[in-house]
Amino acid sequence: MAKQPEKKDEVETTGHSWDGIEEYNNPLPKWWVWVFYICIIWAIGYSIAYPAWPGIKSATAGVLGWSTRANVAEEIETFAAKNQAINAELASVELASINENETLKAYAISAGEATFNTWCAQCHQRNGAGVKGAGYPTLSDDAWLWGGTMEEIHYTVAHGIRNEDDDDARYSEMPAFGRDELLEPEEIASVVNFVMTLSGETPNDASGVEDGKVLFEDNCASCHGEDGKGDRAQGAPNLTDAIWLYGGDYDTIMETVTNSRFGVMPPWSAEASPAGRLEEWQIRAVATYVHQLGGGE
Amino acid sequence: MGNYIKLLVYGVIAVLAAIAANYARDLAYMVNALMVMVIGMVLFIITLRSTGNAQPALEPNPETEYMDGPVRVGVILTAFWAVVGFLVGVTIAFQLAFPALNFEWAQGYLNFGRLRPLHTSAVIFAFGGTGLITTSFYVVQRTSAARLWGGNLAWFVFWGYQIVILLAASGYVLGATQSKEYAEPEWYVDWWLTIVWVAYLLVFVGTLMKRKEPHIYVANWFYLSFILTIAMLHIVNNLSIPVSMFGSKSVQVFSGVQDAMTQWWYGHNAVGFFLTAGFLGMMYYFVPKQAERPVFSYKLSIIHFWALIFIYIWAGPHHLHYTALPDWASTLGMVFSIVLWMPSWGGMINGLMTLSGAWDKLRTDPIIRMMVISVGFYGMSTFEGPMMSIRAVNSLSHYTDWTIGHVHSGALGWNGMITFGALYFLTPRLWNRERLYSLSLVSWHFWLATIGIILYAASMWVTGIMEGLMWREVDANGFLVNSFADTVAAKFPMYVVRGTGGLLYLTGGVIMCYNLWMTVRRSPAVEATNHVVPAE
Repeated sequence: MAKQPEKKDEVETTGHSWDGIEEYNNPLPKWWVWVFYICIIWAIGYSIAYPAWPGIKSATAGVLGWSTRANVAEEIETFAAKNQAINAELASVELASINENETLKAYAISAGEATFNTWCAQCHQRNGAGVKGAGYPTLSDDAWLWGGTMEEIHYTVAHGIRNEDDDDARYSEMPAFGRDELLEPEEIASVVNFVMTLSGETPNDASGVEDGKVLFEDNCASCHGEDGKGDRAQGAPNLTDAIWLYGGDYDTIMETVTNSRFGVMPPWSAEASPAGRLEEWQIRAVATYVHQLGGGE
Repeated sequence: MGNYIKLLVYGVIAVLAAIAANYARDLAYMVNALMVMVIGMVLFIITLRSTGNAQPALEPNPETEYMDGPVRVGVILTAFWAVVGFLVGVTIAFQLAFPALNFEWAQGYLNFGRLRPLHTSAVIFAFGGTGLITTSFYVVQRTSAARLWGGNLAWFVFWGYQIVILLAASGYVLGATQSKEYAEPEWYVDWWLTIVWVAYLLVFVGTLMKRKEPHIYVANWFYLSFILTIAMLHIVNNLSIPVSMFGSKSVQVFSGVQDAMTQWWYGHNAVGFFLTAGFLGMMYYFVPKQAERPVFSYKLSIIHFWALIFIYIWAGPHHLHYTALPDWASTLGMVFSIVLWMPSWGGMINGLMTLSGAWDKLRTDPIIRMMVISVGFYGMSTFEGPMMSIRAVNSLSHYTDWTIGHVHSGALGWNGMITFGALYFLTPRLWNRERLYSLSLVSWHFWLATIGIILYAASMWVTGIMEGLMWREVDANGFLVNSFADTVAAKFPMYVVRGTGGLLYLTGGVIMCYNLWMTVRRSPAVEATNHVVPAE
């Protein structure tokens, strides 16, 4: 570093000293003063151009007529006007035909993805990945609880599952075989062991499987089917596909059979329920989006 | 006689606190009342034990010596609170990166929501506030050539402020908060702080009044503006009505956007007068002392002082751009923030230019290096602040981690480093030691802290701008592309970098504590130099 010229010492101090500290009488740096002035001038100009100075009842509006609320309203209005026609079309065409119209389908997917990420991803996760073991089903595979056609998905999104806000919500309830003492603990253990064999798992105790099969046919087959492949009409899951909503290990199935499960999904249709937040075109967009995630039928 | 009055007061406090604890409506209030009761009882017993004994003869003329007792304890506690504040900061940084660190067993006590105000208050009010009170007591005595006014009132200010910290901190963990950022403590802590703060003002002004120097040194203008303005801000922003005398909850007097505006008028000026004006007071004493150079410009110090004081107070609305706040208030907040740029930089220029002619000391004196980088970070964050207050910039930066990065380059860089410099300066002088225990440990502290800040600020810039861009990204049809959770997931690597930066900064703080401790224990002693001597 070049040595500083000693000329600073030629400037006089103010003559005071506090605990050995003196102060030079240097002038204000020119650039500092000028930048300060420019900022002040700019501030005056800006506060004339934009809403700024308060009076008794209102404030100056600014010569540019600029307003944050007006800007947002205008932006929303622009897109609302732009999308109005296609939203109306989306809400009124045959559900199945959305996928045949490339323009409509592309629009529905982009609208559906944004809506899904805002309202659905909290449980079903980004891209419908679901949460393993938490009862939030994966939406990107072809295992459907209530059906994977456009119509079925649309119905589920609009009305939800097992909620109290929409009378048309999908509904079914598995009995709590243990809590309500419908089966003895040993019987439940046998059923669980049998259920494990359905998807090819090794049961905890193979000796109970035979009894379990009989008990399954008497108590479970009415919903889950003789072969355990489930029944979409009742939202009864397929027990043979090794895809589990809550988990397929012994303890988790034990918990399910003993206390049952009661997964709830809210209704989203504003028409169907006061709790609903979405309009028809949005629900259709979400259905289209979910349908193309991988398992649409 | 005096002791009997004291006994009566302490006894009454302890009994009233016990009654309050008995009727407490919530856990935080009960614990706080019990703490007050214990403090009252301890003071009662100490006073009782000394009552009736022959009083030790007073020094012949205490006015000939500076009152350094509170300053010494203050140096120790400033260093202690620094480590506490940094430790909580590192903890919550890693809680954000790894949510599993919000342990199930600690829910409702040590989860992020409870620890976050503990961190901000520990750093700003415990570390920063104790540092300000400590250095102001030291500086005002030296530059006024007068012992602190008010006798033991200085001790009352000091310990009273520590009680504020303890009540506030325990309250946060147990859930007492009025949910106002940087003003979380509930009504009874606010009332107590008001009493302590008025006493602080009396001690400071009293000392200035009996000064033996003809003029008031610039550092004291800044300290005084800090004390006065904080009193005003504190009282107005904490106007609230307790729900019960026996509960911690209170209700704010203002509501809605008026409450928000009051809060950010307070919040921004807490930055302006606590973290800027107060610490400029520190800078104006310790930089010229350590550099052994005169202050660069007396004129600049006057102009930038008054400009800073007048303009800062109007800049608060920039915290509420694009909210329910009317546009006109938002514009004024923004233009005053821009005009504030040069007045803020006046302090930086005076600090840096004071060193001109002493640049060679940067090579040999790590304390000067610390002070230089502190003033540098001050300049950087007082440029970044006005820039972020511009509405167009703010629409990107608002609610993002950029803001977090901004406050930390100010807090870690400016406030932290200048306080470390002051502690390194004060310790040998207060304990009459020839020098610090180890300059190389100061160098280690300097580099760990500097690299820590850079990691912190850089990662927050990256993640802040990234999430701002992700939030506003829309596709051709006007639909949002990213969900909020997408932005959280994308920030993970930067959160780890930020936590690492904080860890380095914390390590530096621990090294400082060791160095200061060893200075007192090991460095060779010299003769005491705390006699009151006017400079002229």
